[in-house]
Amino acid sequence: MAKTSPSRAAGRALAWLAALVVGLTAILGIGVASGQAGWAPKLALDLEGGTQMVLAPQTASGEQATPEQLGQAVEIIRQRVDGSGVAEAEVATQGDQNVVVSLPGVPDEDTRRLIQASADLQFRPVLQAAPGEPTPEDQLLPKEQFPAPSAEPSDAYDSNWLTPDLADEFQRTDCAVPRDPGAAPMPADRAVVACQPAEETPAGAAPAIKYVLGPVVVSGTEVDGAQPGLAQTSGGVSTNQWGVNVDFTDEGARAFQAVTQRLTPMPAGDPRKQFAMVLDGRVISAPSSNAVITGGSARIDGPSFTEQSANQLAEQLNYGSLPISFTIESEQQISATLGEDQLRWGLIAGLIGLALVALYQFFQYRALGLLTFASILVMGLMTYLAIAILGWTDNYRLSLAGIAGLIVAIGLTADSFIVYFERIKDELRAGRPVEAAVHEGWKRAQRTITASKAVNLLAALVLYFVAVGNVRGFAFTLGLTAIADLIVVFLFTHPLMVLLAQGDFVGRGHRMSGLDPRQLGVDSALYRGAGQVREPRPAVASAPTSDVRPGRRRGRGEPALTIAERRRAERARAADPAARRPADTQEDAS
Amino acid sequence: MNRFADWGNALYTGRRAYPFVRRWRLWFAIAAALLVLAGGLTALRGGFNLGIEFRGGSEFTVSDAATGEVDPGREAVADVVPGVEPTVTAIAPGTMRVQTEQLDDAQTRQVAQNLQEAYGVTQDQVTSTFVGPTWGEAVSQQALLGLVIFVALVTVFMALYFRTWKMSLAAVVGMLYVVALTAGIYGATGFEVTPSAIIGFLTILSYALYDTVVVFDKVRENTVGQEEDPERTFEQNVELAVNQTLVRSITTSIVGLLPVASILFIGAGLLGAGTLRDISLALFIGIIVGTLSTLFLQAPLYALLRRGEADVRDQDARVGRDRDGLGQQTDLEDAHGAVL
Repeated sequence: MAKTSPSRAAGRALAWLAALVVGLTAILGIGVASGQAGWAPKLALDLEGGTQMVLAPQTASGEQATPEQLGQAVEIIRQRVDGSGVAEAEVATQGDQNVVVSLPGVPDEDTRRLIQASADLQFRPVLQAAPGEPTPEDQLLPKEQFPAPSAEPSDAYDSNWLTPDLADEFQRTDCAVPRDPGAAPMPADRAVVACQPAEETPAGAAPAIKYVLGPVVVSGTEVDGAQPGLAQTSGGVSTNQWGVNVDFTDEGARAFQAVTQRLTPMPAGDPRKQFAMVLDGRVISAPSSNAVITGGSARIDGPSFTEQSANQLAEQLNYGSLPISFTIESEQQISATLGEDQLRWGLIAGLIGLALVALYQFFQYRALGLLTFASILVMGLMTYLAIAILGWTDNYRLSLAGIAGLIVAIGLTADSFIVYFERIKDELRAGRPVEAAVHEGWKRAQRTITASKAVNLLAALVLYFVAVGNVRGFAFTLGLTAIADLIVVFLFTHPLMVLLAQGDFVGRGHRMSGLDPRQLGVDSALYRGAGQVREPRPAVASAPTSDVRPGRRRGRGEPALTIAERRRAERARAADPAARRPADTQEDAS
Repeated sequence: MNRFADWGNALYTGRRAYPFVRRWRLWFAIAAALLVLAGGLTALRGGFNLGIEFRGGSEFTVSDAATGEVDPGREAVADVVPGVEPTVTAIAPGTMRVQTEQLDDAQTRQVAQNLQEAYGVTQDQVTSTFVGPTWGEAVSQQALLGLVIFVALVTVFMALYFRTWKMSLAAVVGMLYVVALTAGIYGATGFEVTPSAIIGFLTILSYALYDTVVVFDKVRENTVGQEEDPERTFEQNVELAVNQTLVRSITTSIVGLLPVASILFIGAGLLGAGTLRDISLALFIGIIVGTLSTLFLQAPLYALLRRGEADVRDQDARVGRDRDGLGQQTDLEDAHGAVL
């Protein structure tokens, strides 16, 4: 029997596994060393404690929010929550229906309101503009020195909106400080101060700009739609210049025409030629009006537009045109104590489960049970590494449902080994020596294992992509362990089994090895260790037919027969078709 | 141990055989009776005991409560919203659960505050949940969608793998039975159906099929290419395969059940109702039902589906013996011949 080739293959497989584990550990180690990852997996809210809200979008008109609009909503909620000083908040869409907000601790009334409030898109004329930095302390003008307005403002474009109070606010405004999201929404009928945050554009960094803006002249709900697109020359040829095409409703068209009629005659370079689009208190764009727009279709151009920024502006405008507010579908405040308890008991239960499995495997498979246990440990190690790394790279958080998935996986993993070992036993029963039985058993077992794990993986994938909420966490761990299981069976359990089969303890079928052919009803005479076996079939065919029929029950009552004798007799009986009568099986079946 | 090994050997050779296929009428009747019984009991109880996620409402959990009495909990709620009848239960030692109809934000916080005082705990030890009535519905709708997609994909996968759609059909029908019976057991016993229990159900789908694939792989091995088998009918071959994998089926279900039972009895006994208990309970029931159904439903169903085929009939006719007389079949070495 060629000993070198299978054992070399086994050695190679084990080396691959070692490389894989070392590689994963190194990746995680780099993450930890650079301070971006931790050795412990990240925990989800139900284990760490905190508040989770599931929000359902609601529009005034009852329209369905599009995924893009939902994405914008997430962006805006994130800005608001971050702005309110809550650390480590997570905002994400769930399916294409809901938004999930996870916060540590218990959010106060204001945070709650912020999260639910709809964003508001406004078009306002620009009255004054300046760089986004505050005027240095020593150059601040005392409030009294600002000229008081000469009269009540007559329309939205009137500089009389600029009261000393507003001018003072303007000079002190620092655009680097995000707007307090808890502040009251900007009053539509008054002048306000607003910032356009600094941005990176291909044309260079666009600095932050602060504006004094007049009252709302066009409301965001009057926007019919916005699309990014390349500019066209009058001849209809596309240029390379990105921009955004905005369409207004009938009412919006009239209002916007009035705006452009007022702004267009202003001299170039005057901030008052501009109007600002304000979304949720922030200026997203402040173009100058270069022509009177009569048809309700405007185009915003600018040298700084890229495909991406044009897209973004269009999305923001579309989002603002359909103000989405949110109702809380479900809210969970998990106390840190409960989360800790659940984690602790979950882990303890998992360890006890693992110990029970190990114990049971040892009873059934003797020394091979240890191989099972070692395999489960290797799988556990790989799963842990994968989860910790994913926590770093993809912000994957282990939830309680995920832990349940891991514990359930212990059983499913052990099954791969059970299938494998039972196949080896089948081959031993057929009279093969241990080494050949391992070889043959594996050929059959690997098919079964791969096919059945594929079913598990399929289930996990479907659940992951279709399901919502903590079902996903569960599906994720289930799928992860199915993959880890396959890796372990192919790269650890089987190669080790091959190597063990060449050793004396297992290879010669020691009583405690779990692969003792004598215990499997194989005539010991057939078996003389690896490579020294008579062909099983002729041996049995030539066995003498006997009338001795020590049935299961009778056999036990006949101490005169040794086990070996009884087995030989049973074999002989089994080899003779005539000796088997229907009564035999029926008795067993009852 | 020795006896177990002997038993395994006997099953392998066919010396000992349980009539999984022969007695299919009996098994199918029992299966149907169980389903009707579970369904009837569920109907008598007035349907499923749906968790708060499906009904909508507010729920509070107090950890490390100083007392296990329900009255402080009731008063804590009555104080804020008079006239509401809260359900207060001690779900585990030191853990109280208070369920009420839907409360608004202010009320929720007030009740949480009252509960802290009533049970002598800090803010960290009170968990509150508020669920709109549509939340659970959304979860289960997605779950149902997942079920349909999974069944479609897995049917195709198994049909391709086993090269016969009949195995696929038998496996999927059996799986649906497993889910139906598990759901029926939930309904009949009044266990709470929560989204976590739904996760458990979905896992059972996967487990039930997984278990079936392992057994069917052996069935396929024993039957494909055995059309000329002079000793054994098709059904007898199927039955032998099921018996030969019986040790595996039992061992696997025990090994699968051990960790699940450990979460169920150790974790849930101390923590009370929650994600862990809900998932593990569904799995505990499902693994048992799933394993039994592979043996008693899926395997005989497959044999029945193939029964009418010309090949199978020819084979059975050649063997030419009483279909119910499996004991007449075979000698040991032919059983080996099937797997060698």
